[in-house]
Amino acid sequence: MNREDFPLLKQDIIYFDNSATSLKPKVVIDAINDYYTNYPANAHRGDYDLSYKVDQAYENTRELVKEFINARYLEEIVFTSGTTQGLNMIVKGFFKEYLEEDDEVLITKAEHASNVLPWFKLVEDLNIKVNYIPLDSNYYLTMDNLKKVVNEHTKVISIAGITNVIGDERPIKEICEYAHQHNIFVVLDAAQMAPHKKIDVQDLDVDFLAFSAHKMLGPTGVGVLYGKKELLEHLIPLEFGGGMNESFDNPNEVYLKPLPLRLEAGTQNIAGVIGFGAAIKYLNNIGLDKIHNHELMLRKYLIDKLLKIKHIDIINLESDSGIVAFNVNKVFSQDVAYYLNKYNICVRAGNHCAKILKNAVGVTNTVRVSLYFYNTTEEIDSLVELLSNYDKILSEMV
Amino acid sequence: MDRELKREIIMEHYMHPKNRKRASDDYEKVNTANSSCIDNIDIYIKFDNNVIKDITFEGEACAISISSTSIMIKNLIGKTKEEALEYINEFEKMVEGQEYNVDLLKEGNVYDDIYKQGNRKTCATLPYRGLKKAIMDN
Repeated sequence: MNREDFPLLKQDIIYFDNSATSLKPKVVIDAINDYYTNYPANAHRGDYDLSYKVDQAYENTRELVKEFINARYLEEIVFTSGTTQGLNMIVKGFFKEYLEEDDEVLITKAEHASNVLPWFKLVEDLNIKVNYIPLDSNYYLTMDNLKKVVNEHTKVISIAGITNVIGDERPIKEICEYAHQHNIFVVLDAAQMAPHKKIDVQDLDVDFLAFSAHKMLGPTGVGVLYGKKELLEHLIPLEFGGGMNESFDNPNEVYLKPLPLRLEAGTQNIAGVIGFGAAIKYLNNIGLDKIHNHELMLRKYLIDKLLKIKHIDIINLESDSGIVAFNVNKVFSQDVAYYLNKYNICVRAGNHCAKILKNAVGVTNTVRVSLYFYNTTEEIDSLVELLSNYDKILSEMV
Repeated sequence: MDRELKREIIMEHYMHPKNRKRASDDYEKVNTANSSCIDNIDIYIKFDNNVIKDITFEGEACAISISSTSIMIKNLIGKTKEEALEYINEFEKMVEGQEYNVDLLKEGNVYDDIYKQGNRKTCATLPYRGLKKAIMDN
């Protein structure tokens, strides 16, 4: 649906790599162009009309994000360069101060590198421990398995809302409730969730959350860090400089701005934030429920067809999102991707930045199809037709 | 070389690569991987002074990388370091679409049009980057 809004779709390309990044609708591209063309001033600086207009557009996106995730306060919305930066700020700016030796952080083996490596760094810096919540036979995270590994040392549970290889949705609300009963913080990597599912941070009661604009129709280089206000107040900025200080005279007299500007040092990606605002408005107009239902319909359509192909092994038969990971019998995933590329079909091959998942799944690499609302059953038919002919794959993959 | 023949040679080396096995401890080991994709292999080389006595490999990679490794092994066992470096040099020229010594490369010529596919060039050169490093370090 809404294919006419996406300039790239006018080309003869089938784009199935939406978990990596989404396509951009014309309204987003136009919003960015409009900023650079008509009011390319800095934010929070000038006493002239152009700069005032920038402030309004930039802060308008903050309002839109606040509503999008139903945050309580505007100060809880911090713009970042993406999920990676957001998670790093949470880990290094908050938990590095809060955690102590022998404290434990729980993650899973299905997490993206961005939600693994910052914690690994704390293991090195503070001698904390990182443990894994076991996944069930469908690679799902269950409350039972979570409860088995929580102990008196557990201080943080840091997990994706929806994972990027399996595409399963975690019971976040239940996890937060259980965690808070045990004085455990919950950090949510929402990179794969925000584009597809309604997030209500107050209802979920999550403590910190991060996501990226570019996976949800927005530009690259923009993301959001959300934190409960009382926690964000204690998050130490990783970057100091312009735009985040109130006044300074000498090292002992440095006064920082209040939230959220304190955490946005230097000139931000203004065009990106403005473009992100256009993306959120666009998504709101369609409605996330409608988007999600369309993706689930497409996924079922694809799975039903792939199940009939005997040389295809589906890794995640069960999933709550538009992600399908599979392998073609005895063909390296990258060769499958190259083969499909010959027909202008974009899929991803590899471990999808979840390098420790292979220990749990027993498969190192997969082909991943990740769907979004502008994909169609006709596109899936083209994919399935190419995948169904094993001899053709073997003869055309090199 | 005929396109179909090239494909057959590549697939034969991919399906039945030469010396795909771990080697004993008296071999030099070098890992070679492509940062933009998931090709990742270990190459084991046994040097006898200036001569490459044996090469084996293990790991996971695409059909182009595996076949290229197998062809490299077939062609470079028994060569001196200088001969191997010359071969690698000519191979690299071919992959970049430059003039090169066609006779020297033998079966390596199956990749003579890979310069047209930017994203597969690094697949073909993967094992050579590893071997070159091992020769330089040895």
